Amino acid sequence: MADFEAREPESKVEIASEKGGAEGIKTFDVTVQIRRYNPELSEEAHWDEFKVQMYGTDRVLDILHKVKWEIDGSLSFRRSCAHGVCGSDAMRINGRNRLACKTLLKDLDLSKPITIEPIKGLPCEKDLIVDMEPFFQAYREIMPFLVNDGHEPERERYQSVEDRERFDDTTKCILCAACTSSCPVFWTDGQYFGPAAIVNAHRFIFDSRDDAGDMRLEILNDKEGVWRCRTTFNCTEACPRGIQITKAIAEVKQAIVARAF
Amino acid sequence: MATPLKAKVSVPRSKDTTVNGVKYNRSSSKRNNSEMYAWLFMRFSGVLLVVLIFGHLFVNLMQPGGVHAIDFGFVGGKLANPFWQVWDLLLLWLAMLHGTNGIRTIIMDYAEKDRTRVTLKTILYLASAFILLVGTLVIFTFDPCPPNADPSLLASFCPAP
Repeated sequence: MADFEAREPESKVEIASEKGGAEGIKTFDVTVQIRRYNPELSEEAHWDEFKVQMYGTDRVLDILHKVKWEIDGSLSFRRSCAHGVCGSDAMRINGRNRLACKTLLKDLDLSKPITIEPIKGLPCEKDLIVDMEPFFQAYREIMPFLVNDGHEPERERYQSVEDRERFDDTTKCILCAACTSSCPVFWTDGQYFGPAAIVNAHRFIFDSRDDAGDMRLEILNDKEGVWRCRTTFNCTEACPRGIQITKAIAEVKQAIVARAF
Repeated sequence: MATPLKAKVSVPRSKDTTVNGVKYNRSSSKRNNSEMYAWLFMRFSGVLLVVLIFGHLFVNLMQPGGVHAIDFGFVGGKLANPFWQVWDLLLLWLAMLHGTNGIRTIIMDYAEKDRTRVTLKTILYLASAFILLVGTLVIFTFDPCPPNADPSLLASFCPAP
């Protein structure tokens, strides 16, 4: 016991260097092209190019910070937690939907300029900020809340490990819209529910505690529901949380078919 | 399975949202299984078509002479056989409906304006209906032994003139 108390907590261990230890990390110049749009100045969007010095440990979000804080303060983009949890900074980086805070520079080809655009299919408001309302409208329509007819229990609603496992993958969604805005069907026709809404419906449809699965299946049996999915796997590739979205959509399709026969 | 409680929970629907000419809300609330049946049809007809098409290719091409042996007599002989009549009829209808539905989904995915969509779909349906009609007519009314034809071109079972 005494031995245990004698040890310093890890967080209190002195770090040898007072300077933060950034000298060892290599720096390099990065060229970045950012899609700019400001409806107050021009109806036309255009590309702006910036050259910034970055560290090998930096992310794309750090480039945006550097540009906004040191070069052009008018650059607009969303970010909140900056650590891949809140889902605010989904954008098209080198033509692929990713979270700027989870895209490391060391994973990108820096010999060419990095292109950063707003996500497609949702109306752009300014620079990298899009109107997320259509996205959340589809989300609301699938009723993303627990519906249970039974008596309210005095303790928690019991669920076995196996039953919880059934929908574990789809609980990971952070609603960043990377999947929905990577879907070619959504690009031309914003009426499609989109992968994110289906993923969040899946999360309740296969939850053993929920009683409204039937109703959610009916909602997704819509003309604009799961049947518009063309299984292009764009959503699965875009998801920053690694959710098997196309598989989830296929499971919802199967559930609708099973319910009809 | 609607219970009284669930009947009270109505599906939340936002007001019409149109941004830059693009509608984002679902335009109709009427639901039926038509899209599900279309989706299922594509899967089942696809599997059947693989069998029908490769059977068709095998019988037509894996014969002595290959593709060069196909002439009026060969086709006439096949279409006089009820087995091949059914085979070809299935092939025609399944392929046409499968293809039409495929193009319908492409129109749905790529046509941005409602009017373009309706126009393209009308042309598609008319064209498909015409081909189906003419194709079916040929299969059922085809005469393998037309009178006054050169006997060397006809199938072997045709009566000598």
